[in-house]
Amino acid sequence: MWPEYTEQSDNFGGKNKMIRVTDDVIIKTIARVLTPFIQVYALYVIMHGHHSPGGGFQGGVILAASLILLLITHGWAETKKKFSETKTAVFCAVGVLIYTGIGVLCIFMGGNFLDYGKLGGLLMVIPPEARSLGILGVEIGVGITVMAVMFSIFFDTSTGGNSPEDETTSSLR
Amino acid sequence: MILQLDFIFILFVIICAIAALAVKDILSAVIILGAYSYFMCLLWTEMGAVDVAFTEASVSAGIGTVLMIAAVSKTTRRSKD
Repeated sequence: MWPEYTEQSDNFGGKNKMIRVTDDVIIKTIARVLTPFIQVYALYVIMHGHHSPGGGFQGGVILAASLILLLITHGWAETKKKFSETKTAVFCAVGVLIYTGIGVLCIFMGGNFLDYGKLGGLLMVIPPEARSLGILGVEIGVGITVMAVMFSIFFDTSTGGNSPEDETTSSLR
Repeated sequence: MILQLDFIFILFVIICAIAALAVKDILSAVIILGAYSYFMCLLWTEMGAVDVAFTEASVSAGIGTVLMIAAVSKTTRRSKD
C-alpha cells in the first residue's frame, strides 16, 4: 500500500528534521485522508471570496498548508511528483500574470486598470455580473501565487536554501 | 458584542504574549504564539471582523507557526538569555 521507505526514496537521507518520511502509519494515513478535504475547503474559500469572508489570500494559504502537510509527512520525493520546484516558480509567475492580465484587459476594453465593468462586452454579461466575474478571476490569480510563494518560503526555510539534489551530490565536490 | 467576553479574550491574549516572552524554550514560545493568534482570532470574531479573523487564523496560526517551527528546526531550540 505504501511505497517502501529506503534511504534513496527520501532525497535528504533522513537528515532534515522537518522534511522527511515519517515511520508512523497513523500520521501518514491521517495526512493522506485529510489533504483532499483541506484542498476542497481552500477552493471553496477562493470561489466564495467575493460574497463571504475569505478570498484569494486565505484560500491560497490553506492550499499551501495542505501541500506542507504532504511535505512533512510523505517526504520530498513523494511531494515532488505533485509540486516540484519548477512548478513552484511557474505558478508564482502564472498567478501574477492572471492578475495583471485581467487588469490590462480592462485597459484594452476602454476602462481603467482593473475596471471589471468594461469586461461585460467580452464576457457577454451585464456590467454588475462582469464585476463579480472579474474579481473572481483576480482572486484565483492571487490564490495561485500565494500558494506557490508560501510553499516556497517553507521549503527554503526548512532546507536552508540548499536544494535536495545539491545535498546528495555534495560528496562529489 | 459582549463586553465581558472581550475582556476575557484580551486577558488571554496578554497572558499568552507574556508567556511567549518569558519561556526559555523557543519551540514552546512558538506554540504559545500559535495560541496567542488563536485568541486574537476569537477576539476579532467576537468584535464582528470575520474576514480579519479568518486571515488571522489561516496565516498567523496556520502558516506562521509552521514557518517558525521550520526556522527553529534549522537553528537552536534553547534560548541563550
